[in-house]
Amino acid sequence: MNKIDERQQPVAAETALEFRAGFAFTAGEKRNLLVSALVFIVVACVPLIFDGYVLQLTISIAMYTALATSWLLFSGPTNYIALSTAAFFGIGMYIAAGGIDLLPYPVLILASGVAGALMAAVVGLATLRVSGVYFVIFSLGLAELVRQIMTWLQHVLGTMSGLYVTIERSEPMYFWQLLLLTAAVFLVGWWIGRSRLGFALRIIGNDELVAVHCGINTARAKVALFVISSTFASIEGAVVAPRWGYVEPVVAFSPFLSFQVVIMALLGGTHRLWGPLVGVIPFVLVWEVIAIYFPSQTTLLLGVCFLLIVYVIPNGITGLIEDALNRRKKLGGPASGVGPLQRALEVSANPVARPATTAEKQ
Amino acid sequence: MDIVIIGLLLGGTYALMAIGLQLQYGVARIMNLANGEILIAGAFSTFWFYAATKASPLFALFLVAPAAFALNWAIYRVLILPLVRRAKSQGKLEVDSILATFGLSFISVGVMLAIFGGEYLDYSYLSQPIFIFGERYGLNRVVAFFASVLLCGALYLWLHKTRAGLALRAVAVNPGAAGLVSINVARASALAFALGGAVTAVGGGLLSMFLTFDVSLGVVFTLKALIIVILGGVGDIRGTILAAFILGLAETAVATLIDPGLTLAAAYILFMIVLLVRPEGLFGRRTA
Repeated sequence: MNKIDERQQPVAAETALEFRAGFAFTAGEKRNLLVSALVFIVVACVPLIFDGYVLQLTISIAMYTALATSWLLFSGPTNYIALSTAAFFGIGMYIAAGGIDLLPYPVLILASGVAGALMAAVVGLATLRVSGVYFVIFSLGLAELVRQIMTWLQHVLGTMSGLYVTIERSEPMYFWQLLLLTAAVFLVGWWIGRSRLGFALRIIGNDELVAVHCGINTARAKVALFVISSTFASIEGAVVAPRWGYVEPVVAFSPFLSFQVVIMALLGGTHRLWGPLVGVIPFVLVWEVIAIYFPSQTTLLLGVCFLLIVYVIPNGITGLIEDALNRRKKLGGPASGVGPLQRALEVSANPVARPATTAEKQ
Repeated sequence: MDIVIIGLLLGGTYALMAIGLQLQYGVARIMNLANGEILIAGAFSTFWFYAATKASPLFALFLVAPAAFALNWAIYRVLILPLVRRAKSQGKLEVDSILATFGLSFISVGVMLAIFGGEYLDYSYLSQPIFIFGERYGLNRVVAFFASVLLCGALYLWLHKTRAGLALRAVAVNPGAAGLVSINVARASALAFALGGAVTAVGGGLLSMFLTFDVSLGVVFTLKALIIVILGGVGDIRGTILAAFILGLAETAVATLIDPGLTLAAAYILFMIVLLVRPEGLFGRRTA
């Protein structure tokens, strides 16, 4: 017992130190927090002013922003493309739908978060220790796998394939719930970004071999973040389920959702936490137009949009903005284009500027 | 016994589609997530041919193969090559090609929905029974199996006995070194990608003789092919063939013993085992 204590003490002290340092905000960070809080309050007033179609659009935007940003938490810094959002989202939906008559709703939301975290931990532990490609492959079919298992379970248990989620909620209520969730995702993302974990992940994303040589437990860092990211997707499924009213496997585990989330995050850009937000807003608007005028060609058009983004703006809208800013800044200086790698390095160099604690010791 | 024979018959046909992906991933180094859609396109084209001419679907393969070859060659030239040129590293290329082919798979689904519609495809060809060890099996399964074995054998010989095959295998081992011994790596990669697409499409044509398809199933076949390739080891055709048989057996066992709707779960269980026990695959080389 004593021995273990001795070994753990420095680690505990380090963690405590780091924890305290986590509360030491720079002036810039304080300003950003204040601005974000103001924006949050202003956006929260939307349902008081608008209703009907505009409110529906803002609900969509809030929903996809939370999903795309939580996707970015993991896939942004690590460059591992997770194609499994629909699997976690569907799990959350099913837990909400299946338990609505048995347990109070808040408990179900909590339960869906736990279920999503557990599944993410299993998937992460199996694949993330090995290589990125295996993770992508595993995540590609995960929604389909869970759908098959759910269908089979319902068949064995003899329940109907569809479930009704009957709970009274007004549209503004959904909006506030989703907005709160989005805010939580942003806060967690921001917190991770300035924590030791976030620093470790950026090193992994830039060069995994270097990260290993720095003594980072790469598998643990990746699994931890994948769990966080997936938990949010599950919770969101539970939050949205009553709004859909009726849940069945084909709808809940639609591969479309995973695809939309990736596309929106890429459109916005994956190097900044607020990137997906920039992508979601135009995408939701364009999507409305597509759904109205080309209802039968949605898959095709979505695919075309996706390829355009991959080929034409690989760094997303935020990448374009930053390129433009850099170009203006460097007008007098040496004319060197800033590549995505350099930009990523700049981003990863940022957190070092905070009070020197433990990240450097790694 | 039932399970073993049906599993082996299924595995034999799976082998062909997985070799297609093996050529694309092992040699051309492109993780093609649109592979399953090519397979579905092959299946639907075969169906069309059969519906129009009433001739044996096997003849359709002579049309499907060159068409798929040309299509995949074009895909490589137009979509993949810019990514190869743009990529600063192997990792970047991997991310880009995954994204591009993922988008491509949705485009293919959209195009096929427009052409073929959303219904299930099912035609009956050679559905009379054949008796093996006193049990009844569909003749179409047996015919598809032998056609697949024939093609796999031909591919294997081509890869191992000809100069072009040697070049492809060299690129699979090390593209950089292959370039040094004056192999045109870009050409070989394009050839492997196109050939892989053709092989996959033919595999789809053969599978369509006894399986039911619809447009959205592509991702399932992509996944099965990927799992077979990983299970067998990237860059080794023997491993792929063996792994295809293992998956065929596992799937048939799950389908008969538990539930036909859980075939993907069988594939995933195999995948899990490989990841935990031998991530480099049965015949793979352990790399850093």
